[in-house]
Amino acid sequence: MSGGHASGRVVIVGAGQAAASCIAALREADATRPIVLIGEEMSLPYQRPPLSKSCLTEGAAADGLLIRPASWYDGVDLRLGCRVEEISRRDGRVVLGTGERLAYDQLLLCTGSRARRLAGEAGGDLDGVHSLRSLADAARLQGELLPGRRMLVVGGGYIGLEVAAAARSRGLSVLLVEAGPRVLGRVACAATAEHFRNLHSARGVEIRESTSLHRLTGTDRVRRAILSDGSEHEVDVVVVGIGGLANDGLAARAGLETANGIVVDAHCRTGDPDVLAAGDCASFPLDGRHVRLESVQNACDQGEIAAATLSGKPRAYAPVPWFWSDQYETKLQIVGIGEGHDSIVVRPGKRDGAKSIWYFRGDDLLAVDAINDPASYMVGRRLLTAGLRPDRRDVANVAFPLASILPPRG
Amino acid sequence: MPLITWRGADGTEIGAQVVPGTNLMKAAVAAGVPGIHGDCGGALACATCHVVAPGDWADRLGRPGVMEDEMLDMVEGERTPTSRLSCQIIAEDDLDGLVLAVPEAAR
Repeated sequence: MSGGHASGRVVIVGAGQAAASCIAALREADATRPIVLIGEEMSLPYQRPPLSKSCLTEGAAADGLLIRPASWYDGVDLRLGCRVEEISRRDGRVVLGTGERLAYDQLLLCTGSRARRLAGEAGGDLDGVHSLRSLADAARLQGELLPGRRMLVVGGGYIGLEVAAAARSRGLSVLLVEAGPRVLGRVACAATAEHFRNLHSARGVEIRESTSLHRLTGTDRVRRAILSDGSEHEVDVVVVGIGGLANDGLAARAGLETANGIVVDAHCRTGDPDVLAAGDCASFPLDGRHVRLESVQNACDQGEIAAATLSGKPRAYAPVPWFWSDQYETKLQIVGIGEGHDSIVVRPGKRDGAKSIWYFRGDDLLAVDAINDPASYMVGRRLLTAGLRPDRRDVANVAFPLASILPPRG
Repeated sequence: MPLITWRGADGTEIGAQVVPGTNLMKAAVAAGVPGIHGDCGGALACATCHVVAPGDWADRLGRPGVMEDEMLDMVEGERTPTSRLSCQIIAEDDLDGLVLAVPEAAR
Protein backbone atom coordinates (compact mmCIF):
# COMPACT_ATOMS: atom_id res chain seq x y z
CA MET A 1 0.00 0.00 0.00
CA SER A 2 2.45 2.64 -1.08
CA GLY A 3 -0.44 5.07 -1.53
CA GLY A 4 -1.05 4.88 2.20
CA HIS A 5 -4.60 6.19 1.98
CA ALA A 6 -6.83 3.18 2.47
CA SER A 7 -9.63 5.55 3.39
CA GLY A 8 -9.22 8.00 0.51
CA ARG A 9 -11.52 8.67 -2.38
CA VAL A 10 -11.70 5.89 -4.94
CA VAL A 11 -12.66 6.90 -8.45
CA ILE A 12 -13.81 3.99 -10.62
CA VAL A 13 -13.82 4.49 -14.39
CA GLY A 14 -16.14 2.04 -16.12
CA ALA A 15 -19.49 0.97 -14.68
CA GLY A 16 -19.64 -2.74 -15.37
CA GLN A 17 -19.46 -6.01 -13.48
CA ALA A 18 -15.93 -5.41 -12.09
CA ALA A 19 -16.98 -2.02 -10.74
CA ALA A 20 -20.06 -3.42 -9.00
CA SER A 21 -18.02 -6.21 -7.46
CA CYS A 22 -15.34 -3.78 -6.29
CA ILE A 23 -17.87 -1.42 -4.72
CA ALA A 24 -19.49 -4.26 -2.78
CA ALA A 25 -16.13 -5.36 -1.39
CA LEU A 26 -14.91 -1.82 -0.68
CA ARG A 27 -18.02 -1.15 1.37
CA GLU A 28 -17.65 -4.40 3.26
CA ALA A 29 -14.16 -3.22 4.27
CA ASP A 30 -15.22 0.37 5.02
CA ALA A 31 -18.84 1.43 4.69
CA THR A 32 -17.88 5.12 4.65
CA ARG A 33 -15.32 4.96 1.87
CA PRO A 34 -15.92 7.79 -0.63
CA ILE A 35 -16.53 6.22 -4.05
CA VAL A 36 -17.14 7.85 -7.42
CA LEU A 37 -18.41 5.66 -10.26
CA ILE A 38 -18.05 7.01 -13.79
CA GLY A 39 -19.67 5.20 -16.73
CA GLU A 40 -20.05 6.08 -20.38
CA GLU A 41 -23.37 4.29 -20.72
CA MET A 42 -26.44 5.71 -18.98
CA SER A 43 -27.14 2.44 -17.20
CA LEU A 44 -25.98 1.25 -13.81
CA PRO A 45 -23.78 -1.86 -14.00
CA TYR A 46 -25.63 -4.68 -15.77
CA GLN A 47 -25.01 -8.26 -16.79
CA ARG A 48 -23.66 -8.63 -20.30
CA PRO A 49 -23.83 -12.41 -20.84
CA PRO A 50 -27.60 -12.41 -21.50
CA LEU A 51 -27.13 -9.87 -24.30
CA SER A 52 -26.22 -12.63 -26.74
CA LYS A 53 -28.66 -15.13 -25.24
CA SER A 54 -32.03 -14.47 -23.59
CA CYS A 55 -32.07 -10.76 -24.53
CA LEU A 56 -32.21 -11.72 -28.20
CA THR A 57 -34.85 -14.40 -27.84
CA GLU A 58 -36.98 -12.83 -25.11
CA GLY A 59 -36.17 -9.14 -25.40
CA ALA A 60 -33.78 -6.83 -23.60
CA ALA A 61 -35.18 -5.33 -20.42
CA ALA A 62 -32.58 -3.11 -18.80
CA ASP A 63 -34.03 -3.36 -15.30
CA GLY A 64 -33.90 -7.13 -15.29
CA LEU A 65 -30.21 -7.07 -16.11
CA LEU A 66 -29.04 -4.71 -13.37
CA ILE A 67 -26.46 -6.36 -11.13
CA ARG A 68 -27.75 -4.32 -8.17
CA PRO A 69 -30.85 -2.14 -7.91
CA ALA A 70 -30.44 1.64 -8.03
CA SER A 71 -31.02 1.98 -4.29
CA TRP A 72 -27.96 -0.15 -3.58
CA TYR A 73 -25.74 2.65 -4.91
CA ASP A 74 -26.93 5.18 -2.32
CA GLY A 75 -23.85 7.02 -1.14
CA VAL A 76 -21.88 6.37 -4.32
CA ASP A 77 -21.23 9.51 -6.39
CA LEU A 78 -22.64 8.28 -9.72
CA ARG A 79 -21.50 9.89 -12.95
CA LEU A 80 -23.33 7.98 -15.67
CA GLY A 81 -23.36 8.97 -19.33
CA CYS A 82 -20.01 10.52 -18.65
CA ARG A 83 -16.74 10.03 -20.48
CA VAL A 84 -13.25 10.30 -19.03
CA GLU A 85 -11.02 12.04 -21.54
CA GLU A 86 -7.76 11.99 -19.70
CA ILE A 87 -5.99 10.88 -16.55
CA SER A 88 -3.66 13.45 -15.05
CA ARG A 89 -1.54 11.30 -12.79
CA ARG A 90 0.72 14.18 -11.78
CA ASP A 91 -2.02 15.86 -9.78
CA GLY A 92 -4.26 12.80 -9.26
CA ARG A 93 -7.22 13.85 -11.35
CA VAL A 94 -9.40 12.52 -14.12
CA VAL A 95 -10.64 14.95 -16.74
CA LEU A 96 -14.26 14.40 -17.75
CA GLY A 97 -15.86 15.12 -21.10
CA THR A 98 -17.53 18.12 -19.46
CA GLY A 99 -14.11 19.58 -18.64
CA GLU A 100 -14.53 18.87 -14.94
CA ARG A 101 -11.35 17.73 -13.20
CA LEU A 102 -12.17 15.16 -10.56
CA ALA A 103 -9.62 14.36 -7.86
CA TYR A 104 -8.83 10.79 -6.83
CA ASP A 105 -6.71 9.31 -4.12
CA GLN A 106 -6.84 5.99 -5.91
CA LEU A 107 -8.11 5.20 -9.36
CA LEU A 108 -9.56 1.91 -10.60
CA LEU A 109 -9.87 1.43 -14.34
CA CYS A 110 -12.48 -1.11 -15.36
CA THR A 111 -13.06 0.22 -18.82
CA GLY A 112 -13.92 -3.18 -20.28
CA SER A 113 -13.50 -4.24 -23.86
CA ARG A 114 -15.09 -3.36 -27.16
CA ALA A 115 -16.03 -5.44 -30.15
CA ARG A 116 -13.51 -5.61 -32.96
CA ARG A 117 -15.26 -4.11 -35.94
CA LEU A 118 -15.39 -4.86 -39.59
CA ALA A 119 -13.50 -2.20 -41.56
CA GLY A 120 -15.50 0.46 -43.38
CA GLU A 121 -13.97 -0.63 -46.72
CA ALA A 122 -15.40 -4.11 -46.13
CA GLY A 123 -18.86 -2.65 -45.56
CA GLY A 124 -18.67 -2.51 -41.78
CA ASP A 125 -20.47 0.85 -41.63
CA LEU A 126 -23.57 -0.22 -43.57
CA ASP A 127 -26.94 -0.27 -41.81
CA GLY A 128 -27.89 -3.75 -40.72
CA VAL A 129 -24.33 -4.62 -39.66
CA HIS A 130 -24.14 -5.24 -35.94
CA SER A 131 -21.67 -5.99 -33.25
CA LEU A 132 -22.74 -6.96 -29.76
CA ARG A 133 -21.31 -5.60 -26.55
CA SER A 134 -23.82 -3.25 -24.91
CA LEU A 135 -27.48 -3.21 -24.01
CA ALA A 136 -28.06 -0.71 -26.83
CA ASP A 137 -26.37 -3.10 -29.29
CA ALA A 138 -28.61 -5.95 -28.11
CA ALA A 139 -31.77 -3.85 -28.37
CA ARG A 140 -30.88 -2.79 -31.92
CA LEU A 141 -30.11 -6.34 -32.96
CA GLN A 142 -33.18 -7.78 -31.29
CA GLY A 143 -35.36 -5.47 -33.35
CA GLU A 144 -33.86 -6.95 -36.51
CA LEU A 145 -34.55 -10.58 -35.68
CA LEU A 146 -37.63 -10.99 -37.84
CA PRO A 147 -38.75 -14.43 -39.04
CA GLY A 148 -37.69 -15.23 -42.58
CA ARG A 149 -34.79 -12.80 -42.68
CA ARG A 150 -31.38 -13.97 -43.79
CA MET A 151 -28.58 -13.47 -41.29
CA LEU A 152 -24.87 -13.67 -41.88
CA VAL A 153 -22.75 -14.24 -38.78
CA VAL A 154 -19.09 -13.37 -39.20
CA GLY A 155 -16.98 -15.29 -36.69
CA GLY A 156 -17.50 -18.68 -35.07
CA GLY A 157 -16.63 -17.79 -31.50
CA TYR A 158 -19.05 -17.88 -28.58
CA ILE A 159 -20.80 -14.64 -29.48
CA GLY A 160 -21.27 -15.71 -33.08
CA LEU A 161 -22.60 -19.13 -32.14
CA GLU A 162 -24.92 -17.78 -29.45
CA VAL A 163 -26.33 -15.18 -31.84
CA ALA A 164 -26.79 -17.87 -34.50
CA ALA A 165 -28.74 -19.98 -32.00
CA ALA A 166 -30.94 -17.03 -31.01
CA ALA A 167 -31.57 -16.11 -34.64
CA ARG A 168 -32.58 -19.66 -35.54
CA SER A 169 -35.01 -19.80 -32.65
CA ARG A 170 -36.52 -16.53 -33.94
CA GLY A 171 -37.01 -18.06 -37.37
CA LEU A 172 -34.19 -16.49 -39.37
CA SER A 173 -31.99 -18.42 -41.76
CA VAL A 174 -28.36 -18.24 -40.70
CA LEU A 175 -25.07 -18.54 -42.58
CA LEU A 176 -22.01 -18.46 -40.34
CA VAL A 177 -18.50 -17.97 -41.69
CA GLU A 178 -15.35 -18.61 -39.73
CA ALA A 179 -11.99 -17.56 -41.17
CA GLY A 180 -10.05 -20.14 -39.15
CA PRO A 181 -10.12 -23.86 -39.88
CA ARG A 182 -12.90 -24.47 -37.35
CA VAL A 183 -15.39 -22.77 -35.07
CA LEU A 184 -14.25 -22.01 -31.50
CA GLY A 185 -10.69 -22.26 -32.79
CA ARG A 186 -9.18 -19.88 -30.27
CA VAL A 187 -11.09 -21.07 -27.23
CA ALA A 188 -11.83 -24.78 -27.45
CA CYS A 189 -10.41 -28.04 -28.72
CA ALA A 190 -11.55 -29.82 -31.88
CA ALA A 191 -13.85 -32.20 -29.97
CA THR A 192 -15.84 -29.39 -28.36
CA ALA A 193 -15.92 -27.46 -31.62
CA GLU A 194 -17.25 -30.54 -33.43
CA HIS A 195 -20.05 -30.91 -30.92
CA PHE A 196 -21.20 -27.34 -31.48
CA ARG A 197 -20.74 -27.50 -35.24
CA ASN A 198 -23.00 -30.56 -35.31
CA LEU A 199 -25.52 -28.94 -32.99
CA HIS A 200 -25.83 -25.88 -35.21
CA SER A 201 -25.94 -27.91 -38.39
CA ALA A 202 -28.78 -29.99 -36.96
CA ARG A 203 -30.63 -26.76 -36.22
CA GLY A 204 -30.22 -25.55 -39.76
CA VAL A 205 -27.30 -23.13 -39.46
CA GLU A 206 -25.04 -23.30 -42.50
CA ILE A 207 -21.46 -23.16 -41.23
CA ARG A 208 -18.54 -22.46 -43.54
CA GLU A 209 -15.14 -22.80 -41.93
CA SER A 210 -11.85 -21.64 -43.48
CA THR A 211 -14.00 -19.01 -45.15
CA SER A 212 -13.79 -15.31 -44.51
CA LEU A 213 -15.94 -12.41 -45.44
CA HIS A 214 -14.47 -10.56 -48.37
CA ARG A 215 -16.86 -7.65 -48.40
CA LEU A 216 -20.42 -6.51 -47.72
CA THR A 217 -22.24 -4.41 -50.28
CA GLY A 218 -25.38 -2.30 -50.33
CA THR A 219 -26.27 1.33 -50.79
CA ASP A 220 -27.27 2.38 -47.29
CA ARG A 221 -28.24 -0.96 -45.93
CA VAL A 222 -26.35 -4.19 -46.35
CA ARG A 223 -27.70 -6.31 -49.24
CA ARG A 224 -25.03 -8.79 -50.26
CA ALA A 225 -22.06 -10.59 -48.79
CA ILE A 226 -19.13 -11.71 -50.88
CA LEU A 227 -17.10 -14.49 -49.27
CA SER A 228 -13.47 -15.52 -49.74
CA ASP A 229 -14.63 -18.65 -51.61
CA GLY A 230 -16.09 -16.33 -54.25
CA SER A 231 -19.70 -17.06 -53.39
CA GLU A 232 -22.21 -14.23 -53.05
CA HIS A 233 -25.19 -14.22 -50.70
CA GLU A 234 -28.23 -12.03 -50.25
CA VAL A 235 -28.31 -10.94 -46.60
CA ASP A 236 -30.70 -8.86 -44.49
CA VAL A 237 -28.74 -8.59 -41.29
CA VAL A 238 -25.10 -9.20 -40.38
CA VAL A 239 -23.56 -9.80 -36.97
CA VAL A 240 -19.81 -9.42 -36.60
CA GLY A 241 -18.35 -11.46 -33.75
CA ILE A 242 -14.63 -11.43 -34.38
CA GLY A 243 -13.29 -10.85 -30.91
CA GLY A 244 -12.83 -8.07 -28.43
CA LEU A 245 -10.23 -5.39 -27.85
CA ALA A 246 -9.27 -4.00 -24.45
CA ASN A 247 -10.31 -0.43 -23.78
CA ASP A 248 -6.81 0.54 -22.74
CA GLY A 249 -6.34 3.77 -24.70
CA LEU A 250 -7.05 6.03 -21.74
CA ALA A 251 -4.41 4.21 -19.69
CA ALA A 252 -1.91 4.24 -22.56
CA ARG A 253 -2.33 7.99 -23.02
CA ALA A 254 -1.63 8.43 -19.33
CA GLY A 255 1.70 6.65 -19.79
CA LEU A 256 0.65 3.38 -18.13
CA GLU A 257 2.00 0.17 -19.64
CA THR A 258 -0.41 -1.55 -22.00
CA ALA A 259 0.02 -4.72 -24.05
CA ASN A 260 -3.29 -6.26 -25.12
CA GLY A 261 -4.78 -4.59 -22.05
CA ILE A 262 -3.64 -2.56 -19.08
CA VAL A 263 -0.73 -4.44 -17.56
CA VAL A 264 -1.26 -5.16 -13.87
CA ASP A 265 0.29 -7.38 -11.21
CA ALA A 266 -1.49 -10.05 -9.16
CA HIS A 267 -2.98 -7.28 -6.99
CA CYS A 268 -4.49 -5.39 -9.95
CA ARG A 269 -1.85 -2.65 -9.61
CA THR A 270 -0.44 -0.87 -12.64
CA GLY A 271 3.05 0.64 -12.53
CA ASP A 272 1.49 3.58 -10.68
CA PRO A 273 0.67 2.47 -7.11
CA ASP A 274 -2.42 4.68 -7.08
CA VAL A 275 -3.87 3.33 -10.33
CA LEU A 276 -5.39 -0.13 -10.60
CA ALA A 277 -7.18 -2.00 -13.35
CA ALA A 278 -9.63 -4.92 -13.27
CA GLY A 279 -11.87 -6.94 -15.56
CA ASP A 280 -11.87 -7.22 -19.35
CA CYS A 281 -9.38 -4.35 -19.77
CA ALA A 282 -6.66 -5.79 -17.52
CA SER A 283 -3.79 -8.05 -18.53
CA PHE A 284 -2.65 -9.96 -15.46
CA PRO A 285 -0.10 -12.65 -14.58
CA LEU A 286 -1.39 -16.24 -14.67
CA ASP A 287 0.87 -19.30 -14.60
CA GLY A 288 3.94 -17.43 -15.77
CA ARG A 289 2.39 -15.43 -18.58
CA HIS A 290 0.13 -12.39 -18.91
CA VAL A 291 -3.45 -13.01 -20.00
CA ARG A 292 -6.57 -10.97 -20.48
CA LEU A 293 -9.95 -12.59 -19.89
CA GLU A 294 -13.31 -11.28 -21.00
CA SER A 295 -15.55 -13.03 -18.51
CA VAL A 296 -17.91 -12.53 -15.61
CA GLN A 297 -15.75 -14.62 -13.29
CA ASN A 298 -12.71 -12.49 -14.01
CA ALA A 299 -14.59 -9.23 -13.62
CA CYS A 300 -16.17 -10.26 -10.31
CA ASP A 301 -13.02 -11.71 -8.81
CA GLN A 302 -10.64 -8.98 -9.97
CA GLY A 303 -13.10 -6.39 -8.68
CA GLU A 304 -12.70 -7.97 -5.26
CA ILE A 305 -8.91 -8.26 -5.58
CA ALA A 306 -8.76 -4.56 -6.50
CA ALA A 307 -10.93 -3.71 -3.49
CA ALA A 308 -8.59 -5.66 -1.22
CA THR A 309 -5.61 -3.71 -2.55
CA LEU A 310 -7.49 -0.43 -2.23
CA SER A 311 -8.38 -1.32 1.34
CA GLY A 312 -4.75 -1.91 2.25
CA LYS A 313 -5.17 -5.68 2.59
CA PRO A 314 -3.81 -6.94 -0.71
CA ARG A 315 -4.14 -10.58 -1.68
CA ALA A 316 -2.88 -12.20 -4.84
CA TYR A 317 -5.21 -13.14 -7.69
CA ALA A 318 -4.77 -16.81 -8.57
CA PRO A 319 -7.98 -17.71 -10.35
CA VAL A 320 -9.38 -20.91 -11.74
CA PRO A 321 -11.28 -19.17 -14.56
CA TRP A 322 -14.75 -20.32 -15.52
CA PHE A 323 -17.09 -19.49 -18.35
CA TRP A 324 -20.36 -20.65 -19.79
CA SER A 325 -22.34 -20.53 -23.01
CA ASP A 326 -25.99 -21.29 -23.70
CA GLN A 327 -26.94 -22.35 -27.23
CA TYR A 328 -30.44 -23.73 -27.93
CA GLU A 329 -31.07 -26.06 -24.97
CA THR A 330 -27.37 -26.89 -24.61
CA LYS A 331 -25.36 -25.55 -21.72
CA LEU A 332 -21.58 -25.47 -22.01
CA GLN A 333 -19.68 -24.89 -18.78
CA ILE A 334 -15.93 -24.39 -18.92
CA VAL A 335 -13.42 -24.32 -16.12
CA GLY A 336 -9.72 -23.62 -16.57
CA ILE A 337 -7.87 -22.55 -19.70
CA GLY A 338 -7.20 -25.30 -22.21
CA GLU A 339 -4.62 -23.37 -24.22
CA GLY A 340 -1.37 -25.30 -24.46
CA HIS A 341 -2.93 -28.74 -23.95
CA ASP A 342 -1.31 -31.75 -25.59
CA SER A 343 -4.09 -34.28 -25.09
CA ILE A 344 -7.77 -34.50 -24.33
CA VAL A 345 -9.92 -37.14 -22.71
CA VAL A 346 -13.66 -37.40 -23.31
CA ARG A 347 -15.66 -38.46 -20.27
CA PRO A 348 -19.13 -39.73 -21.08
CA GLY A 349 -21.88 -38.18 -18.98
CA LYS A 350 -24.27 -40.02 -16.73
CA ARG A 351 -27.26 -38.73 -18.65
CA ASP A 352 -28.17 -38.72 -22.32
CA GLY A 353 -26.58 -35.80 -24.13
CA ALA A 354 -24.12 -35.12 -21.33
CA LYS A 355 -20.35 -35.36 -21.72
CA SER A 356 -17.19 -33.54 -20.77
CA ILE A 357 -13.87 -32.91 -22.46
CA TRP A 358 -10.81 -32.82 -20.25
CA TYR A 359 -7.67 -30.95 -21.35
CA PHE A 360 -4.25 -32.16 -20.24
CA ARG A 361 -0.67 -31.02 -20.69
CA GLY A 362 1.43 -33.99 -19.73
CA ASP A 363 -0.24 -35.24 -16.56
CA ASP A 364 -1.50 -31.79 -15.59
CA LEU A 365 -5.21 -31.10 -15.90
CA LEU A 366 -5.69 -27.69 -17.54
CA ALA A 367 -9.41 -27.34 -18.21
CA VAL A 368 -12.78 -29.05 -18.57
CA ASP A 369 -15.52 -28.32 -21.11
CA ALA A 370 -18.77 -29.78 -19.78
CA ILE A 371 -21.68 -30.14 -22.18
CA ASN A 372 -25.02 -30.49 -20.37
CA ASP A 373 -22.94 -32.05 -17.62
CA PRO A 374 -22.83 -29.86 -14.49
CA ALA A 375 -21.59 -32.78 -12.40
CA SER A 376 -18.38 -33.02 -14.41
CA TYR A 377 -18.02 -29.25 -14.49
CA MET A 378 -18.27 -28.99 -10.74
CA VAL A 379 -15.89 -31.85 -10.00
CA GLY A 380 -13.44 -30.46 -12.56
CA ARG A 381 -13.63 -27.09 -10.90
CA ARG A 382 -12.84 -28.57 -7.53
CA LEU A 383 -9.99 -30.69 -8.89
CA LEU A 384 -8.44 -27.65 -10.59
CA THR A 385 -8.92 -25.49 -7.51
CA ALA A 386 -7.20 -28.14 -5.39
CA GLY A 387 -4.42 -28.51 -7.98
CA LEU A 388 -5.09 -32.24 -8.35
CA ARG A 389 -4.19 -34.38 -11.35
CA PRO A 390 -6.74 -37.08 -12.06
CA ASP A 391 -5.54 -40.11 -13.98
CA ARG A 392 -6.64 -40.06 -17.62
CA ARG A 393 -8.06 -43.60 -17.42
CA ASP A 394 -10.19 -42.61 -14.45
CA VAL A 395 -11.43 -39.57 -16.32
CA ALA A 396 -12.43 -41.69 -19.31
CA ASN A 397 -14.28 -44.16 -17.08
CA VAL A 398 -17.70 -42.77 -16.23
CA ALA A 399 -18.08 -45.41 -13.51
CA PHE A 400 -15.09 -43.96 -11.64
CA PRO A 401 -16.21 -41.32 -9.12
CA LEU A 402 -13.75 -38.47 -9.68
CA ALA A 403 -14.95 -36.80 -6.50
CA SER A 404 -13.32 -39.64 -4.58
CA ILE A 405 -9.85 -38.17 -5.19
CA LEU A 406 -10.82 -34.82 -3.69
CA PRO A 407 -9.56 -34.23 -0.17
CA PRO A 408 -12.27 -34.46 2.49
CA ARG A 409 -14.07 -31.19 3.07
CA GLY A 410 -12.96 -29.42 6.19
CA MET B 1 -45.18 -9.62 -1.06
CA PRO B 2 -43.60 -12.51 0.83
CA LEU B 3 -41.05 -11.73 3.52
CA ILE B 4 -37.89 -13.76 3.00
CA THR B 5 -35.09 -13.84 5.59
CA TRP B 6 -31.48 -14.87 5.06
CA ARG B 7 -29.48 -16.02 8.07
CA GLY B 8 -25.68 -15.92 7.78
CA ALA B 9 -23.28 -18.43 9.30
CA ASP B 10 -22.68 -15.90 12.12
CA GLY B 11 -26.40 -15.66 12.89
CA THR B 12 -26.92 -12.24 11.30
CA GLU B 13 -30.33 -11.97 9.64
CA ILE B 14 -31.37 -9.85 6.69
CA GLY B 15 -35.00 -9.76 5.63
CA ALA B 16 -36.66 -8.39 2.51
CA GLN B 17 -40.11 -8.21 0.99
CA VAL B 18 -39.67 -9.84 -2.40
CA VAL B 19 -41.78 -9.14 -5.45
CA PRO B 20 -43.44 -12.41 -6.54
CA GLY B 21 -41.76 -13.80 -9.63
CA THR B 22 -38.28 -12.66 -8.56
CA ASN B 23 -35.74 -15.40 -8.03
CA LEU B 24 -34.31 -15.52 -4.52
CA MET B 25 -30.67 -15.09 -5.63
CA LYS B 26 -31.58 -11.78 -7.23
CA ALA B 27 -33.54 -10.76 -4.16
CA ALA B 28 -30.58 -11.60 -1.91
CA VAL B 29 -28.09 -9.69 -4.04
CA ALA B 30 -30.43 -6.70 -4.08
CA ALA B 31 -30.70 -6.87 -0.29
CA GLY B 32 -26.92 -7.18 0.04
CA VAL B 33 -26.92 -10.58 1.71
CA PRO B 34 -23.28 -11.59 2.37
CA GLY B 35 -22.30 -14.93 0.84
CA ILE B 36 -24.85 -14.79 -1.98
CA HIS B 37 -23.01 -13.62 -5.10
CA GLY B 38 -25.01 -14.91 -8.05
CA ASP B 39 -22.13 -14.09 -10.36
CA CYS B 40 -23.63 -15.83 -13.39
CA GLY B 41 -26.94 -14.03 -13.03
CA GLY B 42 -28.92 -17.22 -12.61
CA ALA B 43 -27.55 -19.22 -15.56
CA LEU B 44 -26.68 -22.21 -13.35
CA ALA B 45 -23.00 -21.65 -14.06
CA CYS B 46 -21.42 -20.48 -10.83
CA ALA B 47 -23.10 -22.10 -7.80
CA THR B 48 -22.50 -18.98 -5.69
CA CYS B 49 -26.06 -18.69 -4.38
CA HIS B 50 -26.29 -21.83 -2.23
CA VAL B 51 -28.91 -21.71 0.54
CA VAL B 52 -30.31 -24.24 2.96
CA ALA B 53 -34.06 -24.30 3.55
CA PRO B 54 -35.67 -25.44 6.79
CA GLY B 55 -36.63 -29.12 6.56
CA ASP B 56 -40.38 -28.45 6.79
CA TRP B 57 -40.24 -26.13 3.77
CA ALA B 58 -38.76 -28.66 1.37
CA ASP B 59 -42.13 -29.66 -0.09
CA ARG B 60 -43.29 -26.12 -0.69
CA LEU B 61 -40.01 -25.23 -2.43
CA GLY B 62 -40.10 -28.26 -4.68
CA ARG B 63 -37.20 -30.45 -5.77
CA PRO B 64 -34.09 -29.15 -7.52
CA GLY B 65 -34.04 -29.70 -11.29
CA VAL B 66 -31.56 -32.15 -12.82
CA MET B 67 -28.90 -29.53 -13.63
CA GLU B 68 -29.28 -27.81 -10.26
CA ASP B 69 -29.10 -31.16 -8.51
CA GLU B 70 -25.75 -31.98 -10.13
CA MET B 71 -24.34 -28.55 -9.30
CA LEU B 72 -25.39 -28.97 -5.67
CA ASP B 73 -23.60 -32.30 -5.34
CA MET B 74 -20.25 -30.54 -5.62
CA VAL B 75 -21.13 -27.14 -4.18
CA GLU B 76 -18.73 -25.30 -1.87
CA GLY B 77 -20.07 -25.59 1.63
CA GLU B 78 -21.49 -29.04 2.27
CA ARG B 79 -24.74 -30.01 0.56
CA THR B 80 -27.64 -30.79 2.88
CA PRO B 81 -30.94 -32.56 2.09
CA THR B 82 -32.62 -29.15 1.75
CA SER B 83 -29.83 -27.33 -0.12
CA ARG B 84 -30.90 -25.27 -3.11
CA LEU B 85 -29.36 -22.83 -5.55
CA SER B 86 -31.47 -19.81 -4.77
CA CYS B 87 -31.48 -18.55 -8.37
CA GLN B 88 -33.82 -21.47 -9.06
CA ILE B 89 -36.35 -20.55 -6.34
CA ILE B 90 -38.99 -18.10 -7.50
CA ALA B 91 -40.68 -15.92 -4.88
CA GLU B 92 -44.39 -16.62 -4.44
CA ASP B 93 -46.79 -15.41 -1.80
CA ASP B 94 -46.81 -18.78 -0.09
CA LEU B 95 -43.09 -18.43 0.68
CA ASP B 96 -43.88 -15.69 3.21
CA GLY B 97 -41.89 -16.28 6.39
CA LEU B 98 -39.23 -18.46 4.76
CA VAL B 99 -35.87 -18.30 6.54
CA LEU B 100 -32.92 -19.46 4.42
CA ALA B 101 -29.54 -20.29 5.93
CA VAL B 102 -26.52 -19.08 3.95
CA PRO B 103 -23.67 -21.55 4.43
CA GLU B 104 -20.14 -20.29 4.87
CA ALA B 105 -19.21 -20.32 1.21
CA ALA B 106 -16.15 -19.71 -0.82
CA ARG B 107 -16.19 -18.13 -4.22
